[in-house]
Amino acid sequence: MSMPADGRKGSRSIADETSADASRRAFLKTIAVLVPAVGVLGSCRAAHSSARADAPVYFSEAEKSFVDAATQRLIPADALGAGANEAGITQFIDLQLASAYGRAERWYMQGPWPTGTDQQGFQLKFTPAQIYREAIAGIGKHCTQQYGKPFAQLTAAQQDEVLHALEDDKIKLTNVPAKSFFALLWQNTQEGYLADPAYGGNRDFAGWKLIGFPGPRYNYVEEIDRFGQPYTQPFVSLVGRHPDARSRGES
Amino acid sequence: MATRLPPVDVVLVGFGWTAAIIAQELTDAGVQVLALERGEFRDTVPDFATDIIQDELRYAVRKQIFESPERETLTFRNSADQTALPMRHLGSFLPAAGVGGAGVHWNGQCWRFLPSDFEIRSQVEQRYGKKFIPEGMNLQDWGVTYDDLEPHYDKFEYLCGVSGKAGNLGGAKQAGGNPFEGARRREYPLPPLKRSASTVLFDKAAREAGFDPFPCPAANASKPYRNPLGVQMGQCTYCGYCEWFGCGNYSKASPQTTILPVLLKKDNFSFRTRCNVTRVNTDGSGKVATGVTYVDVDGNEFEQPAGMVVLCAFAQHNVHLLLLSKIGTPYDPQTGQGVVGRNYAYQITSSVDVFQKEILNPFMGAGALGQAVDNFNGDNFDHGPLGFIGGGYIALWNTGGRPILQHQLPKDAPKWGAGWKKAMHENYLTSASIATHGSVMSYRSNYLDLDPTWRDDYGNPLLRLTFDFQPNEHTMSDYLTDQATKIAQAIPGATHHAKKREGHYSIVPYQTTHNTGGAVMGNDPATSVVNRYLQSWDVPNLFVMGSSVFPQNAGYNPTGTVGALTFWAAEAMKRYLKNPGPLVTT
Repeated sequence: MSMPADGRKGSRSIADETSADASRRAFLKTIAVLVPAVGVLGSCRAAHSSARADAPVYFSEAEKSFVDAATQRLIPADALGAGANEAGITQFIDLQLASAYGRAERWYMQGPWPTGTDQQGFQLKFTPAQIYREAIAGIGKHCTQQYGKPFAQLTAAQQDEVLHALEDDKIKLTNVPAKSFFALLWQNTQEGYLADPAYGGNRDFAGWKLIGFPGPRYNYVEEIDRFGQPYTQPFVSLVGRHPDARSRGES
Repeated sequence: MATRLPPVDVVLVGFGWTAAIIAQELTDAGVQVLALERGEFRDTVPDFATDIIQDELRYAVRKQIFESPERETLTFRNSADQTALPMRHLGSFLPAAGVGGAGVHWNGQCWRFLPSDFEIRSQVEQRYGKKFIPEGMNLQDWGVTYDDLEPHYDKFEYLCGVSGKAGNLGGAKQAGGNPFEGARRREYPLPPLKRSASTVLFDKAAREAGFDPFPCPAANASKPYRNPLGVQMGQCTYCGYCEWFGCGNYSKASPQTTILPVLLKKDNFSFRTRCNVTRVNTDGSGKVATGVTYVDVDGNEFEQPAGMVVLCAFAQHNVHLLLLSKIGTPYDPQTGQGVVGRNYAYQITSSVDVFQKEILNPFMGAGALGQAVDNFNGDNFDHGPLGFIGGGYIALWNTGGRPILQHQLPKDAPKWGAGWKKAMHENYLTSASIATHGSVMSYRSNYLDLDPTWRDDYGNPLLRLTFDFQPNEHTMSDYLTDQATKIAQAIPGATHHAKKREGHYSIVPYQTTHNTGGAVMGNDPATSVVNRYLQSWDVPNLFVMGSSVFPQNAGYNPTGTVGALTFWAAEAMKRYLKNPGPLVTT
């Protein structure tokens, strides 16, 4: 065993970084600079390099159909602008679930797993990716029994009926409370609409255009006390004005 | 077996704000100091560069800038008759891991507590009588006074380049500042930040309501600044990414932007990252600390001998370490005896969302850009007819307009669908939120101990938090919310939505990272873990820093007081190093 090396006089070396940290940074730099539009997914999915560019990484085709349909009801396209599908939200969620977040890598996941109070928070044994898989399967069964069709083929009114029932915990899913899944789906849908486009959602700044957020700009010293004036500079992403050409990788 | 390392004079557990201050002060006094940090080394470049850090999803939502609970967390319950369960991911509070600690991701809201806060028990008994204190409330004086700490507040504010306007210079009230604050020896190092549209609205409305608004003290530099250590800070650009982010512009005070450029050059200072301290070791008598044991990222165990140990980790982590190390008597909620883990407290927050017509551009902001009123903080008002103890400030902070987490919607807005979209479209640029920031007193039933079931990756029992809001706090917070509503009502053409803090404390929604207590300071070893110099009563060569020493919590963000207490304790440590032994005899 070697003695620990002290950081001293600012002489920190790259060896002080964790390898995960260093590789993340290298990954970000690479992906931000080099990857063209259709390669965004490909780079995260070397094993799937022959697949279609919009084919999901984590979702099955059936799961993707559900998420496409459900998120488009949560954020529909209308006169105010793009909906979930136009904004790339399914792709955003798919990439998130395939990442550290989807695997709950930073969550404390040691048992035992008793049920707690609402105040004690999340106590499910499942990762976000597993919650989607469990819940979508259960919703599929429900829709087949109730309507004789999968969710994606229901009318908009029927889809809203199912979503409200999930939100109100009125559908019984096998392993996951329906309201927990709905809360997760709605949270991830908003993230996909409002996060930096570098993560695959908020395509063409759809979400930011809706609300008037210009993106992560650096300096408002001149503008902050021009009270009541709209800010008119163009939208910008962490990866520039044309984020569809670049990606930030995992969050 | 642990590998035994060469001894050092002083070992610091953690390398955030308090460790950086102690290291800077004690290395100046000529001793050799080593800091052990469980997280990574981080610095403005490259970690917080603006093209990296302005990422709401990665840092604020996925929480990559905070501690990660996968290896060690705590368990939580509202009361002792429940089974505590693990906090499986972060929510209510967001401690840090990594060099700079939470000093990297704070907003820079840098307050002094009121003189009455430090002598709260004496003040309440004198003004309202002993019977005013509810059964089960462990109200206590701090053992230090505002006057003791004033020079050290001053030192911390000049270190950080705090922007603000004095309200009381040497006892003389100053127009434009906080008329309720304790006397200061001199002005703030920098003038207040620019105001934003929403803080101007608040200022007018608060005056209309009969209150006394002032610019909040901000450790965000309103102008370029060179601090007394010679470290240069840049003017804040109001980019709106302070809290939950590092500053890419050298504008927000942090260990990195105020101390480390000087400290890291010193021959008698060193630090090690990815070292998780698991024990403070003591000799056979249990009265002398011999150093610490830590585990590195590969699971190797080391024993680091030291002449003096200073706990500089986050509040509850200091308490966890004391309990694991069996230093001091653990608190027993049945008997009320014992001190380690006693008097855990927090803060109680609420808000009043405001919806009006003028464009406010909320995304132009800074972490401590705000206007506040202090009319209902501490003992600035007569509690007699109100029947509660404590208070808080009411402020409109314009910290930023980050779209996922920082938007307000009217109460009746649809939760999703076309109606949600319309509400987002109509309200993002024109809404704001008035915050109340209330104190939480300490109670016999709110405490920290070791969990009997769940363990961390090192095989140690997790810390167990037993905490709930008490009737005194709900009454106080509702009162503050009512006052905030009066301000909202005075904003022309506005509608508002008052969000009172209702029911039991929940560990799920973010409220504040102002956790306090568990290793509190005081003048009586029967009710405190450390003396007025933050020195352990049981082990005189052990000191405990940070808000873990607060006997109860006040109605302000704690960092200013943590900084002042750290400078105060550093002076005492210098005396201790010359003449070791208890600094207070009982």
